[in-house]
Amino acid sequence: MEPIRQIRSRTVVLANDDIDTDQIIPARFLTTTTKEGLGKNLFADWRYEKDGRERPEFALNRPENRGAAVLIGGNNFGCGSSREHAPWALLDFGIRAVVSTEIADIFRSNSLKNGLVPVIVDAASHRWLVENPGAHVFIDLASATLEMNDKRVPFPIDRFSRYCLMNGIDQLGFLLDQDAAIRRYEQAHA
Amino acid sequence: MAQSLFEKIWASHVVVPETDDTPAVLYVDLHLLHEVTTPQAFDLLRAKNLPVRRTDLCLATLDHSTPTVPVTTLRDLEVVSEPSAAKQVRQMERNCKDFGIELRGFQSRDRGIVHVMGPELGATHPGGTIVCGDSHTSTHGAFGALAFGIGTTEVGHVLATQCLLQRKPKTLAIDIDGQLPADVTAKDLILRIIGTIGVGGGTGHVLEYRGTAIRGLSMEQRMTVCNMSIEAGARAGMVAPDDTTYQYMAGRPLAPQGAQWDAAVKRWRSLPSDPGAQFDKTVHIDVSKLRPMVTFGTNPGMVMPIDGTVPDERDPAFRKALAYMQIEAGKPLLGKAVDVVFIGSCTNGRLSDIRQAAGILKGRHVAARVRLLVVPGSAEVKRQAEAEGLDEIVRAAGGEWREPGCSMCIGMNGDTVPSGKLSVSTSNRNFEGRQGSGARTVLASPLTAAAAAIAGAIADPRELMG
Repeated sequence: MEPIRQIRSRTVVLANDDIDTDQIIPARFLTTTTKEGLGKNLFADWRYEKDGRERPEFALNRPENRGAAVLIGGNNFGCGSSREHAPWALLDFGIRAVVSTEIADIFRSNSLKNGLVPVIVDAASHRWLVENPGAHVFIDLASATLEMNDKRVPFPIDRFSRYCLMNGIDQLGFLLDQDAAIRRYEQAHA
Repeated sequence: MAQSLFEKIWASHVVVPETDDTPAVLYVDLHLLHEVTTPQAFDLLRAKNLPVRRTDLCLATLDHSTPTVPVTTLRDLEVVSEPSAAKQVRQMERNCKDFGIELRGFQSRDRGIVHVMGPELGATHPGGTIVCGDSHTSTHGAFGALAFGIGTTEVGHVLATQCLLQRKPKTLAIDIDGQLPADVTAKDLILRIIGTIGVGGGTGHVLEYRGTAIRGLSMEQRMTVCNMSIEAGARAGMVAPDDTTYQYMAGRPLAPQGAQWDAAVKRWRSLPSDPGAQFDKTVHIDVSKLRPMVTFGTNPGMVMPIDGTVPDERDPAFRKALAYMQIEAGKPLLGKAVDVVFIGSCTNGRLSDIRQAAGILKGRHVAARVRLLVVPGSAEVKRQAEAEGLDEIVRAAGGEWREPGCSMCIGMNGDTVPSGKLSVSTSNRNFEGRQGSGARTVLASPLTAAAAAIAGAIADPRELMG
């Protein structure tokens, strides 16, 4: 995994509350055995007409939003299914951070393990971001802040996950290093 | 200090305690595996040349992308499945073989939806930690286990180390007071709970369901309640074990046996939350006047009593949901025409669910132009239902009786609701397109679903109950 320290981008806004992982990547695309290539099916049922043409009015399809790497979602973003295909699809499409007032637990955990930065901000900052699509934002992991509208908004992020993101470390390595403790636990509970 | 059920299980599974800088290393007692969320995890192990640490703590099956028409060989699979789905099933067979994991596959008498099969085999134990790459793993909390869904990266972590890195979640006690009316089900109860606390109300929390109404529930009903904890955003939902739990488990093949059983029950009796145990939040809900519940929108929190009127809100997401559902605010749902009825899933695909549905279907016929699909949750549920003649009741009523699997709950196995059609479904999610692109879903109990199949419209099951 590539280290992630800073993200500088315009935003794209999908302000609906409770965007579930079935919308992010519908189940019919989960019969894959790899992580690659899911971006083309990101938000498939919102992004495309039945015949496969793009819906021009959908936020991700608008020319001014192409290339935006920070997605502003509504409250409780990523709820529902545990499918890690959701962050895989967002990353494959080019989204590198999701900003909301609340992000669902499993989606948040999956995102952190793949280099998609979940950013939870206060309601007022979120409202400004929703009302100003295309705003330029700057996410800095070292200070755990989101810079927008000439102010810096702090966001919560687990220190361990942040360390792994900033150094491109796979969390499995840390777990494998706990082998002695795991063996002791197994012996004590055999 | 007084501890909650959750705190006791957490404390007894910490391998390395959490610090400000690092999460806890938590031991996993049972890892459930299915074909959709595991292939990339097995690939990770291959890439790193790692074995599966504890194949004996894995329980693997085929359910999500697996067809519900009869399939006994891989050749059959090629005929009935989409190539990608067939490939995924074949990949699961190969992965289990390569890594030495027993797969309860097509040839197994045990195969079923992972959350139906585990408890049925007695693999789900009180006080244990259970994970699966599936958000409905919360089902197993009905036994007083800490059970939660994980992503595929974490599936790889558990395969390689039998452990997970976790921050300790908060706790939310849900006290369900009063007695559930006899003609109202556990599904109605959990829909009511989600409607009350909201689809994000449990985020960051483990729920413990308590109170008189919960004590009165059977194990299958408790599983229905815990199953949908994730629909309130919770990581897990739990019910303290009691005699109902032990009676259900006794004698099941993967439950402790003989002297070990006695010792286990003695241990499990110390699991319930101590008097005075602290919870981060507590919610009280009285269910003594609960009516059958149905959803009207596109998430499980958009729920109403079946004989009520659809509420109105100005919120754009609310309006968008009603527009998608083609449902009008201020109007009743009763009488609204239905195209498809699905009875099954890890929420309501157990024997008692099928019995309830059959009770409504018996001696009646499905309305013209309605498709009824009844899918047992496991091979064992199917055998038991057939031994009771429930399959005949379904067929005589004009319904389809299928092989076990996730089926129309997730619509990635050949069973889908066509675009624009309205489905009354006993599953757990009414998200846009969940049952097929453009499909509209009303979540309900098996009683309400069966009543809809007969009436050809949303109907109150209490009017069909003798």
